[in-house]
Amino acid sequence: MYAFDFEKPTSLNEAVTALQTEEAMPLGGGQTLIPSLKQRLAAPSKLVSLRGVDEIRGICRDDAGRICIGGGTTHAEVAAGVPEYPALAALAANIGDPAVRNRGTIGGSLANNDPSACYPAAALASGATIVTNTREIAADDYFEGMFMTALEEGEIITEVRFPVPEKAHYEKFEQPASRFALVGVFVAKFADGVRVAVTGASEEGVFRWSEAEAALASDFTPEAVQGLSVPAEGMIGDLHGSPEYRAHLVGVMTRRAVAAAG
Amino acid sequence: MTKVSMTVNGEAAEGEAEGRTLLVEFLREELGLTGTHVGCDTSQCGACVVHVDGRAVKACTMFALEAEGAEVRTIEGMANADGSLNVVQQAFQDHHGLQCGFCTPGMVMSAAALLDETPRPSEAEIRDYLEGNICRCTGYHNIVKAVLAASGQDAERIAAE
Amino acid sequence: MPKDHGIGAASKRREDVRFLTGTGNYTDDINLPRQLYVHFLRSDVAHGEIRHIDTGAAEAMPGVKRVFTGKDFEGVGGLPCGWQVTDRHGQPMQEPAHPVIAQGKVRYVGEILAAVVADSRERARDAAEAIEFDIAELPAVVDMKAALAPDAPKVHDDLDGNLCYDWGFVEENRETVDAAIREAAHVTTLELVNNRLVANPMEPRVAVGDYSRADDQSTLYTTSQNPHVIRLLMGAFVLGIPEHKLRVVAPDVGGGFGSKIFHYAEEAFCTFAARQLGRPVKWTSTRSEAFMSDAHGRDHVTKIELALDADNNFTALRTETHANMGAYLSTFAPSVPTWLHGTLMAGNYKTPNIYVNVKAVFTNTVPVDAYRGAGRPEATFQLERVIDKAARELGVDPIALRRQNFVTEFPYATPVAVEYDTGDYNATMDKLEEIADIKGFAARRKESEARGKLRGLGVNAYIEACGIAPSNLVGQLGARAGLYDAATVRVNATGSISVMVGAHSHGQGHETAFPQVISEMLGIGEDQVEIVHGDTSKIPFGMGTYGSRSLAVCGSAMVRATEKVVAKAKKIAAHLLEAAEADIELRDGKFTVAGTDKEVAWGDVTLAAYVPHNYPLEDVEPGLEETAFYDPANFTYPAGAYACEVEVDPETGKVTIERFAAADDFGNVINPMIVDGQVHGGLAQGIGQALLENCAYDENGQLVSASYMDYAMPRADDVPFYTVDHSCQTPCTHNPLGVKGCGEAGAIGSPPTIVNAVIDALHSGGHKVDHIDMPLTPSRVWAAMQG
Repeated sequence: MYAFDFEKPTSLNEAVTALQTEEAMPLGGGQTLIPSLKQRLAAPSKLVSLRGVDEIRGICRDDAGRICIGGGTTHAEVAAGVPEYPALAALAANIGDPAVRNRGTIGGSLANNDPSACYPAAALASGATIVTNTREIAADDYFEGMFMTALEEGEIITEVRFPVPEKAHYEKFEQPASRFALVGVFVAKFADGVRVAVTGASEEGVFRWSEAEAALASDFTPEAVQGLSVPAEGMIGDLHGSPEYRAHLVGVMTRRAVAAAG
Repeated sequence: MTKVSMTVNGEAAEGEAEGRTLLVEFLREELGLTGTHVGCDTSQCGACVVHVDGRAVKACTMFALEAEGAEVRTIEGMANADGSLNVVQQAFQDHHGLQCGFCTPGMVMSAAALLDETPRPSEAEIRDYLEGNICRCTGYHNIVKAVLAASGQDAERIAAE
Repeated sequence: MPKDHGIGAASKRREDVRFLTGTGNYTDDINLPRQLYVHFLRSDVAHGEIRHIDTGAAEAMPGVKRVFTGKDFEGVGGLPCGWQVTDRHGQPMQEPAHPVIAQGKVRYVGEILAAVVADSRERARDAAEAIEFDIAELPAVVDMKAALAPDAPKVHDDLDGNLCYDWGFVEENRETVDAAIREAAHVTTLELVNNRLVANPMEPRVAVGDYSRADDQSTLYTTSQNPHVIRLLMGAFVLGIPEHKLRVVAPDVGGGFGSKIFHYAEEAFCTFAARQLGRPVKWTSTRSEAFMSDAHGRDHVTKIELALDADNNFTALRTETHANMGAYLSTFAPSVPTWLHGTLMAGNYKTPNIYVNVKAVFTNTVPVDAYRGAGRPEATFQLERVIDKAARELGVDPIALRRQNFVTEFPYATPVAVEYDTGDYNATMDKLEEIADIKGFAARRKESEARGKLRGLGVNAYIEACGIAPSNLVGQLGARAGLYDAATVRVNATGSISVMVGAHSHGQGHETAFPQVISEMLGIGEDQVEIVHGDTSKIPFGMGTYGSRSLAVCGSAMVRATEKVVAKAKKIAAHLLEAAEADIELRDGKFTVAGTDKEVAWGDVTLAAYVPHNYPLEDVEPGLEETAFYDPANFTYPAGAYACEVEVDPETGKVTIERFAAADDFGNVINPMIVDGQVHGGLAQGIGQALLENCAYDENGQLVSASYMDYAMPRADDVPFYTVDHSCQTPCTHNPLGVKGCGEAGAIGSPPTIVNAVIDALHSGGHKVDHIDMPLTPSRVWAAMQG
């Protein structure tokens, strides 16, 4: 690792101020950032740990019935803390491994927007709102491609607000080495429609599969998406699967997610 | 360098760390607690698992300065007060749940964390929970048996089913 | 009642206590006063000419003591290769120079370009980034067949192309085998890849070099399976340090699986640099570094043809293998695809005509050498896959076809130069059918199909050659070392015993199992015996631990030394008991005079040896310590039969292992608990090879699977509980313990078993797939199902 200064503020304001230093970076759980620092893939002048900022940790509900999860909330805390949204709890309970879940945070995951991460699928399929220290961003406007988001320099995810769907399920097909999603599909059925978000598959990062959404809106059954497929073009191809394979898995995982959502 | 203090295995521990000093480096190099190991650099092998404030974490993926004021438990702090092996350690020896011993500290720390959360885990729950602990020697058979036994279950019978 | 001590007892491992309490002493736990750290700058291109290196800026960085490049090693020896293969035409293999730090060219991604020694790890790494260098990239050769094309880029400019050797075995049989295949009633052909693997012991390699100017003594602490071999190779061939001035210590070692046999550049560097700088120099590999600097394993591409007569008897076998050597010859690399592979091509079968051709090829990749099983998994894989394919083509039961062709009479001289001393392949197959519940498979398949899954059953029979081996034979075969082992049994005055053994224990449990043997021989408690290993200053000599040889070879040396101790102790006892030496018997820790009630305890005899007041000094020296070297008469030949049941998800191609059973014949067993554990571990590595692990390069020689993010290690939820059995025991006839070795079997027997099972599952679903190359990842299985 390159050397850097380390700060551990205890309030959001302090954190925001600390991040104004040039090349300062926020540190969430560090479960992705620290390994990349070890490879010297990043050279921050300063790391600002958000771990001590209690105001962005924890889970509550707002007046609209949404689940509001602080950006600094760990995967383990989400897994245990959202019983009314079992699909989200199950997703959080299957990120990485237990030790990773005890450190990694939802804000960190969404800020990083790894194309194979699980949370982006949940946020996008749920139509979540990403709240930062300066604004609220709709999930549809937030994800801008692999590792790209609408966040500005120094902007901190303070909260993620999840509307709770009537039915939902996340089906993840794991890449055998990293255990990230080779393809993960989150389906969420709301009163006014169905949202389907796909992670792991596309070179553009997480995306909504609108054809499937349309088909499922009128008939929320696996059969409704049986004949649908996404084009292989634009899918990731690597050691673990060709674009064709990933495109195929999108269909399979979607059907399974719908079946499991009931 | 910054001063950092924490409680390690019940005793106050103090030392100096840079921002980039990992908790595992602090434990091994500053405190001389070399039982916690480093087996990878991508947070996957779990040889470095310790407990921080009662929860399993990968000490190679946490900075020492983040542990300021924390309660840390390492493999060196797992034995009973009289020095005898605790129930998890003893089960690992009884069931030959280790060979070269390198992954063992992390494996024991993860197993102990699992049993704290789930006192009688099923075989599937054990295998799932140990996803972040890689062992190259044992093929996991005897590790899973050891965890079953440590939870008071009939490991021989379950393994034979 | 199972025994509670001695041979055959499941004694709990004494070494566990330190490992379970965090008090083991691994090499990275060693820190010496005034220690410096080295960071190796490694090539990021697979092939290139080093035009220019400027270390000036790096040397000026804070904390930097010295930056070394290839120039600093021009007067130093290269890393030696310990085995010279002779090719089909009687010519020695092509053997390139193997510098500690690259000179002139870099030949693989990961090769050391420069070394920075500084007062901290991070400062050394900081400075490495300040080294200015200019490498003119050259086209890389990665694919073996492409490397043999006439116009292929040459890995070594001074060699005649990229062919290391073209080996024929047995060359005189070539035409006979060709004729037998031409005349066969049926020939089954299969082309397959034995995938490149990375051994991945959980402890990365570490080296700490130290030097004492006062007595001109060098010490190397290193993660090695064989410290004496490192002392020999590094001292004699690389650094020119005589043995008495060089101590090599391999303390607790966190697994090896072959990858810690070899002498590596980093060890030589740390020893060299410590002498140059007069301070200890330490290197700790990261996992990322390990992927590109530990020797890789396997990487064979093979075409195999099996000929059968009209009655389905095997009549001939012909194989052609391309074996990847990587960019340089690692310590034992040339022996793996030849003597550890060709000699095993008969398998468990009485095929009369066999010809093996191996072309070893240089490529711009990490050197390839022995990995658990080394050559024998490659032999077993192709043989057991082609037999399975033949059974399918002929419409016969794969178990029956194997049984029909099993060797049943021993000793059996194969047409590939080895003689199996004992075995009973039908017995292990019988045992397998029982423990795997083969009869119940059909019902289980039905149950899987009801859940929409395809279920397959795969079987396999394997044999391996362990306990490597008689020195005179391996010498004829090209080994540049002997392969005996040694032990010193030091009986202390009060009767306790320290045994200094040449074998190194890094997971095998020698510290527990070896005392069981002594306890059995002397009738004293296991806790009266301690095993000392891993330090050239403490042990007499040793060739180390690999090839499942520790007990068969080093254990035999220990038995011989103990026999010498007993012979001397009987002389002392005879004196003390005033009886004839011939009448003295040793039982349960007491010497008795046959036919009388006169006795003297073990401890009284040993005390007399060190306090020789009443002692036959005219006949016997004081003291009680004996050393033996043991050079076996033959390899040992463990064998067995494995069965695996898999489920395949037809929608995703994902394979899960539902059941795995292994019936092994290891000869006599000293500690059944440890033996079971060795098999479990081998099975998991075989499952890894078959389903998960893939060390992959792209066409430019970049390592694609360079971390655990892409190299899939088997985890707890990838494997089932295994059913293992080693009750079929045909003891080895030529070592005193009758043991055969158990360390590699699991990794040898399991890959073909699993692939056979997956192919069976696919056929049951109507997919006429002949073969899928390992690892059988979901995407590969799915692609195969698409046709």
